[in-house]
Amino acid sequence: MDHPAAPPLLHEHAAENLRFIRDTMARATDFTAVPGVGGVLMGVVALAAAAVAGSLRDVRAWLGLWIAAAGVAGAIGLIAVLRKARRPDMPLHRAVARRFALAFMPALIVGAVLTAVFVEHHLAAQLPGCWLVCYGAAVTSGGAFSVRPVPFMGATFMALGVCAFLAPTTWGDSFMAAGFGVLHIGFGIAIARNYGG
Amino acid sequence: MGKAARHSAVADRDRRGSVGNRSAAEKAALDKGPLALDRLIHERLRLGIVSALAANDRLTFGELKRLLQTTDGNLSVHARKLEQASYIACEKTFAGRVPQTAYRLTASGRRALDKYLVHMEAIIRAMK
Repeated sequence: MDHPAAPPLLHEHAAENLRFIRDTMARATDFTAVPGVGGVLMGVVALAAAAVAGSLRDVRAWLGLWIAAAGVAGAIGLIAVLRKARRPDMPLHRAVARRFALAFMPALIVGAVLTAVFVEHHLAAQLPGCWLVCYGAAVTSGGAFSVRPVPFMGATFMALGVCAFLAPTTWGDSFMAAGFGVLHIGFGIAIARNYGG
Repeated sequence: MGKAARHSAVADRDRRGSVGNRSAAEKAALDKGPLALDRLIHERLRLGIVSALAANDRLTFGELKRLLQTTDGNLSVHARKLEQASYIACEKTFAGRVPQTAYRLTASGRRALDKYLVHMEAIIRAMK
């Protein structure tokens, strides 16, 4: 014979209430203006750059192409964040956006410094791994203040960067296409579908 | 069971009055003493509104609705109750040409949440 379930203990109910308060406060401070559609466009830019980069033999031209692509993708990302944040249902609280930016920027600055160092020491072939790891670290850090797929995307970038360091240097552009292209597009679609564009 | 469904189940349980199944000591812990339960924010959606506003200077109606995954009517009713108790303050502004309702937590709302947190922690300590 089935017995009716016992009512929850009062302290369990209290603990559940505290969890609810904590979860609500955490979700209320998430940076939700990470743009899915912008991520897809950034991925398309990276795929186009990777298609061209493979045919370039001069290191400076190759570097210039990827830096230009990063600039275009960065501008697309920034515009997409601002457009998404402007929507009435989408919060872009200054404090949350500031925390996201402060967490996001240091790893990008490290990436810029290491780029100069790698080029100076004729290690440009290792740059794809360096860029993927640094960008992944930036996204993971910023993602701590954002929705769940963002830090996961950052960790995936970092893992891909490690693989790029271990793989033959001739695969560099393929790793760039896989990371900045395919991962951006894949996660961009997931974010756009589940987090409002 | 999903989080929303679980929250709903807990709220239903509150409405049905599961206090009736509790011991006299538990009832006393809920209703008496300096830490008497603030039933106004004990309701799940109102607790969500107050918690969300405790983490932000202000939130618009749309932001709260999205965050708490509720309907316009439900949010409106519960926000009004909190407003009537002076736990939250309502500001009506325009974002461009679109009218916008925003809420912020008042000092008495923050005190009520703090007291509620202390109460919950006291229950956990006492009942373990």
